[in-house]
Amino acid sequence: MPTEFKNRDIISITDLSKSDILHILKVAEDLKKKPRPDLLKGNIMASCFFENSTRTRLSFETAMLRLGGNVTGFSNADVTSIKKGETLYDTIKIIGQYVDVIALRHPLEGAAKLASEATDKPIINGGDGANQHPTQTLLDLFTIRECQKKLTDLKIALVGDLKYGRTVHSLAQALVHFGVRLYLIAPNVLQMPNHILDTLKLSGIKFSMHENMESIINKVDIIYMTRIQEERFTDKIEYERLKDSFILKTEHLKKVQNSMRIMHPLPRVNEISPDVDKTKHAYYFEQAKNGLFVRQAILGLLLGKLN
Amino acid sequence: MTIQNKKLLVSAIKDGTVIDRIESGNALKVIHFLNIIDSEKIITVGLNLPSKVMGKKDLVKIENLELTTKQINDLAILAPNATINIIKKYKVIKKFKAEIPDYIHNIVTCPNPKCITNNENIITKFDIINKKNPIKIKCNYCEKIFEQNDILNYKHT
Repeated sequence: MPTEFKNRDIISITDLSKSDILHILKVAEDLKKKPRPDLLKGNIMASCFFENSTRTRLSFETAMLRLGGNVTGFSNADVTSIKKGETLYDTIKIIGQYVDVIALRHPLEGAAKLASEATDKPIINGGDGANQHPTQTLLDLFTIRECQKKLTDLKIALVGDLKYGRTVHSLAQALVHFGVRLYLIAPNVLQMPNHILDTLKLSGIKFSMHENMESIINKVDIIYMTRIQEERFTDKIEYERLKDSFILKTEHLKKVQNSMRIMHPLPRVNEISPDVDKTKHAYYFEQAKNGLFVRQAILGLLLGKLN
Repeated sequence: MTIQNKKLLVSAIKDGTVIDRIESGNALKVIHFLNIIDSEKIITVGLNLPSKVMGKKDLVKIENLELTTKQINDLAILAPNATINIIKKYKVIKKFKAEIPDYIHNIVTCPNPKCITNNENIITKFDIINKKNPIKIKCNYCEKIFEQNDILNYKHT
């Protein structure tokens, strides 16, 4: 049974049990099929974005508006009293007295946890530095299940910067619930950190590490691409040698499984060639769209309007 | 150093606490951590003393101060192998090891400079996720996992 969601915070994907996750996905699926335009009438969400964001902020705000709720907030810390030296704790304590729920993005790690201690209103973490971004992970899981009709027994390749990419860390942590086979494809210097590998080992799921995707791509159900940033490399020659092997092009897709789908948390820069967009395998724009339904589900659940 | 001399070092206070088997190099951190420099207590420090078990070790003796159980357990993260000797009238009346707790609050500064706890004045909280060597702690805020060697700053008790 999922835990009661009303007034809960969504801070970290590791706080959610398997049944919690499945329940959120089920509610999101229902909302995608059948919109509920009046569900959150009279409720107000504060959208507190201390850092830039396009998809996360707009999909949170749209999710609230499409459920009939209202939105207040800011998308730039420069317009807040943080500029005058007010602490995050005080800021959130006060905003919590005005609104019913707070979606927060902040550049510092642990900011959402601190915010949850400052107010009784539910906090939804929309990204705290390089730490957690649980709604992204939930929409990733939703998308995987949507395009593959299941979450278990899948072969999933995580590709690119696995060392610094928070989305792949959280996704790997969540996938341990579902018995998938993981292929971790990254340059050695950007492989998955040990603490995530420890979690994978402890869970008993099968995984392997690879330096290029050619040998793996034809056997997987999902390729989850992420961007490799040049500034992560101390050795620029190493970057030049590796950068092209992590760019997905149509020629890579000749022998892939028919049902294979490509995902990407976006924004992409050049790691997926634009001509891939037209193939049936491209699913990253649908993935971004799904953020809306997953965030609607979370808002409805935390505000006690959905069970 | 002869064994006789070493014994003398450990037991030569009338009343107080001897913290023995501190990892070599950590004695001054222990003193700072216990916040006893300004207490006007007499403190004797031994650095790099020979040790059969540890190779070399540090040792701290504090006169007329009996550490509380909480102080001792808080100390465990900094000196996990430490033995605490409580001295009364030149005799060791109690001898025990620090016990590593399940969590520590306000004991260490998070080594992650991007952690919110390094930017707002709040109490740090860590879960001890591995009590054996290497000791591992996990920040309740930034969720990063650190080994004891990663810890740069200990707060005062």
